[in-house]
Parts: sequence; structure tokens; C-alpha cells
Amino acid sequence: MKKLFLLLTLISMPAFASGGGAHLDEVDIDMSDTASLQRGAGMFVNYCLSCHSAAFMRYNRMAADLQIPEEVVEDNMMFTADRIGGLMKTTMPAKDAKQWFGKTPPDLSLIARSRGPEWIYTYMRSFYLDDNSPSGWNNVLFEKVAMPHVLYNLQGARHAIFKKDEHGKEVFERYEMVKPGSLNEEEFDAAVRDLTNFLVYLAEPAQMVRVKLGVYVLIFLAIFFVFAYLLKKEYWKDVH
Amino acid sequence: MEKLMSWIDDRFPLTQVWEEHMAKYYAPKNFNFWYFFGSLAILMLVMQIITGIFLTMHYKPDTQLAFASVEYIMRDVPWGWLMRYMHAIGASMFFVVVYLHMFRALIYGSYRGPRELIWIFGMVIFIALMAESFMGYLLPWGNMSFWGAQVIISLFGAIPYVGDGLVEWLRGDYVISDATLNRFFAFHVAAVPLVLVILVFLHIVALHKVGSNNPDGIEIKENKDANGIPLDGIPFHPYYTVKDIVGVIVFLMVFSAIIFFAPELGGWFLEADNFTPADPVSTPAHIVPLWYFTPYYSILRAVTWEWLPGGAKLWGVIAMGASLVILFFLPWLDRSPVKSIRYRGGIFKAALAIFIAAFLGLGWLGTQPAEGINLLLAQIGMFLYFAFFLLMPIYTTLDSTKPVPERLT
Repeated sequence: MKKLFLLLTLISMPAFASGGGAHLDEVDIDMSDTASLQRGAGMFVNYCLSCHSAAFMRYNRMAADLQIPEEVVEDNMMFTADRIGGLMKTTMPAKDAKQWFGKTPPDLSLIARSRGPEWIYTYMRSFYLDDNSPSGWNNVLFEKVAMPHVLYNLQGARHAIFKKDEHGKEVFERYEMVKPGSLNEEEFDAAVRDLTNFLVYLAEPAQMVRVKLGVYVLIFLAIFFVFAYLLKKEYWKDVH
Repeated sequence: MEKLMSWIDDRFPLTQVWEEHMAKYYAPKNFNFWYFFGSLAILMLVMQIITGIFLTMHYKPDTQLAFASVEYIMRDVPWGWLMRYMHAIGASMFFVVVYLHMFRALIYGSYRGPRELIWIFGMVIFIALMAESFMGYLLPWGNMSFWGAQVIISLFGAIPYVGDGLVEWLRGDYVISDATLNRFFAFHVAAVPLVLVILVFLHIVALHKVGSNNPDGIEIKENKDANGIPLDGIPFHPYYTVKDIVGVIVFLMVFSAIIFFAPELGGWFLEADNFTPADPVSTPAHIVPLWYFTPYYSILRAVTWEWLPGGAKLWGVIAMGASLVILFFLPWLDRSPVKSIRYRGGIFKAALAIFIAAFLGLGWLGTQPAEGINLLLAQIGMFLYFAFFLLMPIYTTLDSTKPVPERLT
């Protein structure tokens, strides 16, 4: 009974699930932009895969779908498996990760489907320096997140400036660059867009064939419809 | 061929069954758009069974493996993604079809005598279908699967005296666990589908005994020619088989458009929170059942009057149960001398419009937090939902009607 009450209370809470209410930036997702997906894959294996896994994904599937030669994947992208057909696991033991970060970094195979691409795109661009956090980083979209800013050498290190609103609540106002990174803002946004694009692919590799196949299925059904309709008309012409 | 047929007919009534149920089953000639959904429901049942069989070949009902096995189907099993989408989206489409099928019965009075048993079999199918989809929803072992099952099973705990024991018995454990997943799997793939197939068979046997209703709500069997064939009837085959093929194709176009271009349908058919594995310590901030349960879920949450004996939760569960049970009594609540909405008066039409608005409103509110204005709206919706049924004997008696024609129009 108590549990039920707790559940009903939880149900009746407003949806703050994935930073609901926070502003999310639009991102251009394009599965036909192979170059972007390839760049995103490069970033993913270099920056994400050391702590996070993508344990439902295989390297050779990625190679085939993104038109990356398997040798290139084997030589430059496979840090966590010794076979091209292997899963994209992480080398970091989950137990250690939990001790180091306080939480095991989640598997990223489906993150684009559970969080949505806009959330990822915004989140990866919302880190700022924070002396009060264990990692030295904090995030405007995901407050007190355990993850540090892994792309700081690209984006640079920033402070976040907050101001008090009319209710005395701290609200984010703007960032202030402390130490610029190797990319300017436009280049960094493009890089995160590539990464987000890749994560959307990663969440559902089937979409590469799904959409193309769907066009043929609908064309087939449309032609079938014409014949079925004519057949029906022929049979029904003597029903009055 | 003829020899073979007579050989079979001597041993099995093949020709007889074919004629009685297809070639010489006379259906009213004026079936319209609303009459596609019966055959579409059979299509969906068959499709769910076939895709389900393929999914069962790769799915693992084990809390450690279930989520990964679904992703394995989505990625590594050839055409697995298609089977999985057809099945998961098919569940929603099945309910779309069934709701429209039930709406048809509502507007043309198909539940009225002599078709009460068809309606009752249909209602049992509807309840069994809800059980089937609820248990199927646990199987991917996503976080919404877990918490949805948690909430719904906990409802049984509101029953006085036996509640807590009953909940434990249903789960097979003190929490939603491997035992729960395994029994839900057993029910989902064997027990409930078997029941559904038998019920659908009975639904059709009862239908073919009395014959189909029609948009005019009059009996075609009352006007027969010299050979005893209804004057306004046409053989189901070939007329309605060729017509239903057209309906099937249009339906498949809609179904395919969703499968291939928008499988999640903005979270209505596949929820974002279910792409995270089940986590007993992390509750989704907003536990929402899939859309086809939300009207009843809304009624459950609308009862917040703690002064009720036994508490508001118990009465919420009772109200939700009653909202389904009351549908069974529809044939006896309706006292109108006519069946079809075509010949009914303004009161019934207004009542039906209010009911549909209340039902859709409750459905939408079920996806929203139940607080403030939403709670009040849900309570009004619940009141209107029950008023439609409970006041039906009165307003259908008072309502004016138009003269019903002798023959189909």
C-alpha cells in the first residue's frame, strides 16, 4: 500500500525527466551525411568509448554502414576489441568506473533514443568549470553530472555566469571563456553535431535500410491498391 | 479435384464450412468504412502471432539478458528489426483497429439483440488483449516496462485483506523480478494468445449464427427471396473478400508508413524511457502507460477522495474496473427502439459526442501529471464516462427516433 502511494506520488510529479523545461538546441540529423557520421564515429571511439560502452554495436557493422574500410577500423578505431566482429565494449571495468565516478558511465548504444538528439547536442556543449564538483566540471543542462568535460581541449574551458531571477533562483545567463580550445565555437558545434549524428545512427543502425525500404514498400502497396480497387469495382458493379 | 473434394467432404465438412461462412454467408450489401475493422483485427491477430513466433526464436526471458536480446534482434538478427517493429507497433495498431471496431458497434447498435453474445465475446477479447499487451510490454525489460508493471501489479494491493498476498502471488516474488518476467513471458506467448484465438473463433461463430448488423441497424433476414436468400444480402465471398483486400492495403500503407518512417511515433508507440534497461532504483519521472491504456489509467488516478471507506486508492481501482465492466452491460442499457445512429434522435447523438470527447480527453490526461486542472478535468471526464452508460436507459427511452426503413438504404 505504501509503495503504491509512493508510486502514485511519483507519477503525479511533473516531467523533469531529461531536463524537461530546459532549452534544447536544434541539431541537424542526417543519416545520408556519411562524412559527418564517419567524423562522429572517430570522435566517439576516441573520446567516449574509453569510459562508456556501446555494447550492442559491432565494429564491422559500423564499418559497413558508414563505408569505412575494415582495415581502417582495425588499425585506427578498435581500441577495445581484437576482432572486427566484436562488440564496442569499454576497457574500463564497471566496478572501477563506479568507484571513480560514483556511477557507472551508461552504455551509449541507445542514448540517442532515450535522451533524444537535441538533448545530446545541447548537453555536450554545456560543460563549464566548477571548483565544487569532484571532476572540476559541471553542466548547465545536467547539473552535478559525474562526467567531466571530455572535449575541453576542443571547446576550451569556460566559466558559467549565473544571475538571480525574480524568485531569487540562480539561472544560467552566459559562458565566459577561460582558456580557448583548439576549435572555435562554430567548429566545435559542427564537431558535436557530427558526434550526435553518429549517436543517432548508433541507436538504430537499421534506419539506414529502414527508410529506403519503406519507400519501395509504399510504392508496392500503392500499385497493389490500384489493382485491388479495380478488382473490387469489377465485382461490385452488379450490386445496387 | 472434384474427386478429392468429395473424398474430403465425406470425412470433413469442408465445402459446407466454406459455403456457410464464406460463399453463402450473406452479409448486408451496405457495409461502409467502419466495417473494415473486423477483418483488420483478424489480420493484426495473425500478424502478431507470426511476428511473435520469430521474436521468440531470439528473445531471452531473463532479466540479465532480455534487454540485450531485444537489441540483438534489432541489430544482428537478419530482418529482426522489422519483426520487432511490426510486433511492437502492431500492438498499438491492433488497439487502433479494435477501438474503431468497438466504435462501429456503438454507432450502429451492433451490440443490441440478437447480438448480445457477440458483444460480450468481443468485450472478453478486449480485456484479454489488454492483459496480452500489458504482459508483452514487460518483456523488453526497459525501464518503463519495469515501472509500468510495478504500478499496475501494485493496484491489486489495494484490494482489502488479500491484496498484499495477491500481489506477491502475481509477481512470484516480493519485487518485479526474473520470476515475474518468466511468467509474463509464458502468459504472453502461450496462455493468452490461445485464449484470444478461441475467443475470436467464438466471436465469429456467434456472428455467423445471427448475421451481421449494418449501418441501418435493420435485419436483412426479415426480407428474403423465394430461395431464402436475404434480398439485401450479398455473399461474403467474393464481394467482401475483394473489398476487404482494398481495406487491408490501405491499412498496411498506414502501418508501413509508421514502421518505416516513424517507428516511435513521437513516443506514442515506443516510449523513450523504454530504451533504458530496467533499473529498480531509478524511477522514470513520469510513468505513463501506452496510449491505449491511458483513458482507464486516468480514471484510476481521478479518484482522490480519501474520505471514501477503504481509501481513495481502492476506489480508484474499483472505478477503473467498473469502467470496463460497465461495457459488458451495454446491450441492456440501451432501450432505444432503433439500433443505428442514423435513426436516433439528438439526445443520443449528443450523449455519444460527449462520451467520445470524454474518452479521448481521459486518454490525453492519462499521459499528463494528474494534478491541478488536469485532475479536475479527469474527474469530470470520469463522471461523463459513467453517465453515458448509467443514464442510457433514461435518455434512450426519452429520445425521439426517425422511422426505420424496411429495406437497406
